[in-house]
Amino acid sequence: MAERTDISKINEHSPYCDITPGNQIYGGGGSKEFNTGEWRTQTPVLDWSKCVQCLMCAPVCPDSSIPVKDGKRLDFDYDHCKGCGICAKVCSFKAISMKEGI
Amino acid sequence: MSIRERMSGNEAVSYAIKQVNPDVMPAFPITPSTEIPQMVSTYISNGEIDTEFIPVESEHSSMSATIGASAAGARALTATSSCGLAFMWETLYIAASDRLPIVLCLVNRALTGPININCDHSDSMGARDSGWMQIYAETNQEAYDNFIMSYRITEHKDVMLPLMTCMDGFITSHAVENIELLETEEVRKFVGEYNPENYLLNAEMPMAVGPYANSPFYMETKMNQRIAMQNAKKVILDVAAEFEKISGRKYGLFEEYYLDDAEYAVVMIGSAAGTTKDAIDNLRSQGIKAGLLKIRVFRPFPDTEIAAALKGKKVVAILDRCEGNSATGGPLGAEVKAALYDSGANTVAVNYIYGIGGRDYTVEDAENLFNELIDIGNGKKQPEQFKYIGLRK
Repeated sequence: MAERTDISKINEHSPYCDITPGNQIYGGGGSKEFNTGEWRTQTPVLDWSKCVQCLMCAPVCPDSSIPVKDGKRLDFDYDHCKGCGICAKVCSFKAISMKEGI
Repeated sequence: MSIRERMSGNEAVSYAIKQVNPDVMPAFPITPSTEIPQMVSTYISNGEIDTEFIPVESEHSSMSATIGASAAGARALTATSSCGLAFMWETLYIAASDRLPIVLCLVNRALTGPININCDHSDSMGARDSGWMQIYAETNQEAYDNFIMSYRITEHKDVMLPLMTCMDGFITSHAVENIELLETEEVRKFVGEYNPENYLLNAEMPMAVGPYANSPFYMETKMNQRIAMQNAKKVILDVAAEFEKISGRKYGLFEEYYLDDAEYAVVMIGSAAGTTKDAIDNLRSQGIKAGLLKIRVFRPFPDTEIAAALKGKKVVAILDRCEGNSATGGPLGAEVKAALYDSGANTVAVNYIYGIGGRDYTVEDAENLFNELIDIGNGKKQPEQFKYIGLRK
């Protein structure tokens, strides 16, 4: 059995011999280390004064970038939010606005 | 102890599958390979093996399910022909780049169009750059033996690539010939249990198969695939040497028939090699030094080995059972000529196309071919490249 792949050691400078056969990644949860937030061209911003914690936004996020703790949503996970804007669309209280850029 | 039997090629391969008892077989029927999933599913319903058979709705799905099963950790296989292989195209490349040790029993049939159910090699030749290994059989015996050796090659840690075992549609797949089978116990001992090092269903170490690899990673991935394909040459020969110990049958990357002292040689693949051997026997009895190089392993391509075996021949004919549609001949012709050129040989090499769409290739055709090579060698005739053998004019 292979050891857990250290993704930090596979990068754009790695020689071919350091890349796993078939690019297989051993060990789960590797996507956490992959910062998809940098793909974003628009950024959701929450107006906390309008948010009533209805939690409509959290389950529709395709990237699990709206963390929920003790029944309340927290701020966006900007390391992984790709800025799709579904949360802003679904918010009935217009608490989320999409800002241009990262 | 070997068992003497008589079987068609499809029966022989199905019997080999039964003896190996792989884990998962998704398949969709297509002539002339239909009998393979049919016979295997009969073995399963009779309780003779415990392979999981998955009836799917297309060949794209059969290869996709085979890939899924293999990635999950199963010893997986499928069978197909012609357009079925073409419909797998996208997924063939995925099986190879994901480094999955799948075996595909291919029964060679012409690609449509025009629509045709008979033998030629256009299906597998079209897939020659997909990253799969390809091993071809001349006879039912070779088709049986090649399947039994297959998982030892694909599952070898230095290889981990999928393999197509190919035989000629109807000619080999449906004609009944004598065959020597191994005892099932001996086959299972030779093939061994499959214990993949890493697999999707391993809860101890979850894994990702086939992740996105854009420009910073694609080239390095392909280099690793190339190294595996190069490693396969040695592994194929090592497995063949072990197989010889239990079967008494010897296999190389290619077979040489009276090639050593031949002045005129034919290079070809598949069942028609037997026809050429008959012609060589006749010509040898007349004192003509004719010989044959029958390709068994086409991927990895044994370039330097072929060039060495053809060194010093006066004229070589390379026979493609496939119209390459390049306007300059067939794929085998192009690759053998490149191998000769790289070796510095100045052998006259002539590419012919024969047998496409199931056209007969007779002993007389082969004798006429050798006579033409002799005329070319004597300067009586200029070589005519990419000539069809048996074309009506």
